[in-house]
Amino acid sequence: MIGLGFLYLVAGVTFAAFAVLSVAGRPRHPGNALFYALIAVSFLLGDRLGDLGNGVLVLAIVLVATLGRMGSRERPQEPVAPRGSMLFVPALVIPVTALAGTLLFSELPGLVDPKQATLVSLTLGVILALAICYLWLRPAPAEPFRQGTRLMDHIGWAAILPQMLASLGAVFALAGMGGVVGSLIGHVIPEGSVLGAVTVYCFGMALFTVIMGNAFAAFPVMLTAIGLPLLIHTYGGAPARVAAIGMLAGFCGTLMTPMAANFNLVPAALLELRDRYGVIRAQIPTAIPLLIFNIVLLYWVI
Amino acid sequence: MWVLAGIVVIAAGFMLRFNPLLVVVASALVTGLAAGLDPGTVLSAFGKAFNDNRYITIIYIVLPVIGILERHGLQERARDLIGRIRGATLGRLLLVYLLFRQVTAALGLTSIAGPAQTVRPLIAPMAEAAAETQAPGESDPEQAKALAAATDNVGLFFGEDIFIAIGSILLMKGVLEADGIDLPPLALSAWAIPTAIAAFAIHGTRLLLADRQLRRKARKP
Repeated sequence: MIGLGFLYLVAGVTFAAFAVLSVAGRPRHPGNALFYALIAVSFLLGDRLGDLGNGVLVLAIVLVATLGRMGSRERPQEPVAPRGSMLFVPALVIPVTALAGTLLFSELPGLVDPKQATLVSLTLGVILALAICYLWLRPAPAEPFRQGTRLMDHIGWAAILPQMLASLGAVFALAGMGGVVGSLIGHVIPEGSVLGAVTVYCFGMALFTVIMGNAFAAFPVMLTAIGLPLLIHTYGGAPARVAAIGMLAGFCGTLMTPMAANFNLVPAALLELRDRYGVIRAQIPTAIPLLIFNIVLLYWVI
Repeated sequence: MWVLAGIVVIAAGFMLRFNPLLVVVASALVTGLAAGLDPGTVLSAFGKAFNDNRYITIIYIVLPVIGILERHGLQERARDLIGRIRGATLGRLLLVYLLFRQVTAALGLTSIAGPAQTVRPLIAPMAEAAAETQAPGESDPEQAKALAAATDNVGLFFGEDIFIAIGSILLMKGVLEADGIDLPPLALSAWAIPTAIAAFAIHGTRLLLADRQLRRKARKP
């Protein structure tokens, strides 16, 4: 069955190629190459390293990201003959394959791990698009990966931040962070005020998401702290409404935080914006009214 | 109580502009030690979670394809295309993309679009070109690109929770179950619909206001 193992193999080989091409392109600045090589090791050998081994690998990645003087450099490239509108075809092959594969694999159980159907289909789409590029554009074998490295250099260490934050969430859970924050926040709500409880719940979801960069980390904390004891058990709110609207209030926080690097910093880097917070600035005017909407909605339906 | 030091480390580290990866590791160590765990246990827990969450970082496999297509002029083609569509504006383009992103995410297709897959190669250059056509010499390409990335996020966040098998729905179900509340995922995803509509209305209004701003810029040079 095709599952995560296949995905990690493809990702590992891709990052290994980025590493090799970084060494070849910039031998005096090994930071980028080392960073990509360590990520390749994680993808290819992560399951054999053991938990402590993976922890040491994380420390090595952080060390390289902090001290390795990573960076991007745009070199002048020899012009190539531009192609016409057919260039859209390989670009669209990726989403179309992802869509078609997701639908197809649900009809053909046993072939692909159903939990990973979309990611597997996306990966197959990438491989198909790359094959089309090689056959049609006839680049040098390493050229697509050299171009990929150029884009990856723009993203840099931010690429790994979301995975790091998810891991931090696991340590927070182990340390019992949820219970501590919950008991603390419980004290600030005026007694008997439904609106107060709803506001602190939604606002707390957003605020904790801003700090953690991830609504998934905020949700268990706020639900245990306010959602369950006050909104559901005391004021009789329907659990589905409290949970769903609370999570979406957290998503409003995701729009406003640089800690959600994959959504906010990576696009700014990929689009080469001068202001690395440019995407966040473009999102805040949507996030704040939407957060207020969620508070009003939850108060109304409770 | 001392575990809260972990949150303080995150906030302080970020404000002092340390590398965020370093801040995250420091916060994990401080939190673990404050909870009475030994450093080896913390490092093992962190390493295990890091290994379990590798799927988050797979998306960069699209970069070689996008890179080689850009080398052959993909972004320029995207700009030309939008220039040829009469009546295409920054606001209308992004409004259509917002709807597309919300609807496909609601069907569980969160990975078919994104900053690397669609925004950088297609939507951002189109947005930039549309804004430039609306107010030649007066449009702000940075703003058009940032708005394109923002629209992608808004569409994703406030579409995906309508799909019943997305991670956040499964997380909510799991947390509620731990308290003895058993809910079908459909009950949770149905309550994502009002906020999805509000997100479309609020962000859509902002997109159309961006068009109006561009019209004003075009009128008075």
